[in-house]
Amino acid sequence: MKGLSARLSGYLEAELDVPAGETVAVVGPNGAGKTTLLRALAGLPARSAADLTLDGERVTDLPPHLRAAGYVPQDGGLFPHLSAVRNVAYGLRARGTSRQQARTVAQDWLNRLGVAEFAARRPAELSGGQAQRVALARALAVRPRLLLLDEPLSALDVTARAGVRHALRTHLAEYPGVCLIVTHDPVDALALANRMLVLEDGKVAQDASPGDVTRAPRSAWVARLLGRNAYPGTADDGGIVLDDGFRLVTADPLPGNGPALAVIHPEDVALYRSRPEGSPRNTWPARVELVTPVGTRLRVATRGTGGGPDAVAEITPAAAADLTLAEGVPIWVTIKATEVTLTPL
Amino acid sequence: MITTPKAVRPRVPALLWIPAAGALVLIVLPLAGLVVRAPWAQVLPRLTDPAVTESLRLSLVCSFAALGLSLLVGVPLAWLLARVEFPGKALVRAAVLLPLVLPPVVGGVALLLAFGRNGLAGPLLDAAGVRLPFTTAGAVLAETFVALPFLTLSVEGAIAGLDRRHEEVAATLGSGPLRVFGTVTLPLVAPALAAGGALAWARALGEFGATITFAGNLPGETQTLPLAVYLLLQDDPDAAIVVSLLLLAVSAALLIALRARWLSPLRSRPGALP
Repeated sequence: MKGLSARLSGYLEAELDVPAGETVAVVGPNGAGKTTLLRALAGLPARSAADLTLDGERVTDLPPHLRAAGYVPQDGGLFPHLSAVRNVAYGLRARGTSRQQARTVAQDWLNRLGVAEFAARRPAELSGGQAQRVALARALAVRPRLLLLDEPLSALDVTARAGVRHALRTHLAEYPGVCLIVTHDPVDALALANRMLVLEDGKVAQDASPGDVTRAPRSAWVARLLGRNAYPGTADDGGIVLDDGFRLVTADPLPGNGPALAVIHPEDVALYRSRPEGSPRNTWPARVELVTPVGTRLRVATRGTGGGPDAVAEITPAAAADLTLAEGVPIWVTIKATEVTLTPL
Repeated sequence: MITTPKAVRPRVPALLWIPAAGALVLIVLPLAGLVVRAPWAQVLPRLTDPAVTESLRLSLVCSFAALGLSLLVGVPLAWLLARVEFPGKALVRAAVLLPLVLPPVVGGVALLLAFGRNGLAGPLLDAAGVRLPFTTAGAVLAETFVALPFLTLSVEGAIAGLDRRHEEVAATLGSGPLRVFGTVTLPLVAPALAAGGALAWARALGEFGATITFAGNLPGETQTLPLAVYLLLQDDPDAAIVVSLLLLAVSAALLIALRARWLSPLRSRPGALP
């Protein structure tokens, strides 16, 4: 079978099967085990051991230099004492390519990534985006079976980010091996990957297509990353008891009881100055923490004061004016039972 | 009349600058003495005296051989100390640094007891037909003994401060551990290697105590410049001054060469963390 098959044990417990040609976005909060995963797969010292099979060959016991796994650390990790072209040629030279041949191939890769004119520069003379492209060229030049990119875009400014993202997208599309790319940004994951691996606390929280993850996030961290309200808890008949004891009612309860995640879109969170009468089943007092504009709407972060959870609401500026919203103002949060979506964990 | 007020300068208390000036006198006056009292007219004839040139040749041979030996064994030792955890590491490090603080004469005695005829390794060396005490090789060994810590200390610090990711990336690109060491680790610590190597060489060049104790004072074989100076001071003070002047010039040249790296060690070094 072409592709990757790995089982990790230790700090990170995970199982992973990826067919060749697929790109997996690895997301999760700090300390979830993202870098651990990449380092273990590359064969570098890590907090987890990886039992790894690449293209049908078991490479678990091979040291990093025999694994053919390309690893690009967070800021590229270019060798500071070598020019860009010699950085790219390094891996080819290590594999026995002649100096002349390695230089030609390296120059060609710099060309493909649009940084040919910087070939003679040292890494200290490159911008973040240029350095990241050179690092990518260096990793791709040796044609690895597995490509491991650790937050290739996080250190870049917005413009450089878009450029490098585009370059990544182009080259990942034609890259025949397996690529794992750690990212903090859902936009990057959607743009670059056809699969998303969500890690949390050293475990796999979700392993699905980016579309499925955005539609039905199964981890509080991803839901919040996507701008949703997310509350882990325990499902019961007709609702969910949150981890801090507060109960939310839902119109669409889960068939069984057990750990679950309640996800609520900010547009479905309503705010009132006084306790509303009648239908909404979920209501609790809160205080306005922060009001920020998002597009043509306002995003209002609230902190529960009577045992209710913190919630984010998106309302129109007109509604905000009616409510005379400002930081510190006491408010009532209400959510219709029909707007509380439960996902089993 | 209007006077322009003077800008306020920080006041230096006399209690500090007087002793500081004393320290400066202590260091500069002897050097000034050397320069002032030097028989300048005789510098060239004295330096070309066969006895002096012979000592100079020997000094250069021994000090560079000691530097080479230090590099050969000191760099791997530095790597080991910086990278590998093993029991008793603190003791090993202390042993490596000991020659820095040990009186060189004691070092010479210790070398005799280790590599001398009746020393610990004596029978072994005898069997191999190697004689070290009172030979040029012995002088090299004595100089290496005192010079090695300078190199090891400098290189160990640099390796320990390296960003490991460069070596890790090199490995994932297909470089075996030895190739990584040669193509990434060594180039990244090159400045520390140069500085440590220069200090070690200077220390070897000026070595006296361990050499005279272990290797003796045989003209043409173990009589290096410092030993020659000591001997000449009794028979021919002018010659001693001229040779001292030569050693002073070498030291000053070395200091100037190192200035960029040594006097401002925190300036951006390649390989240092950003």
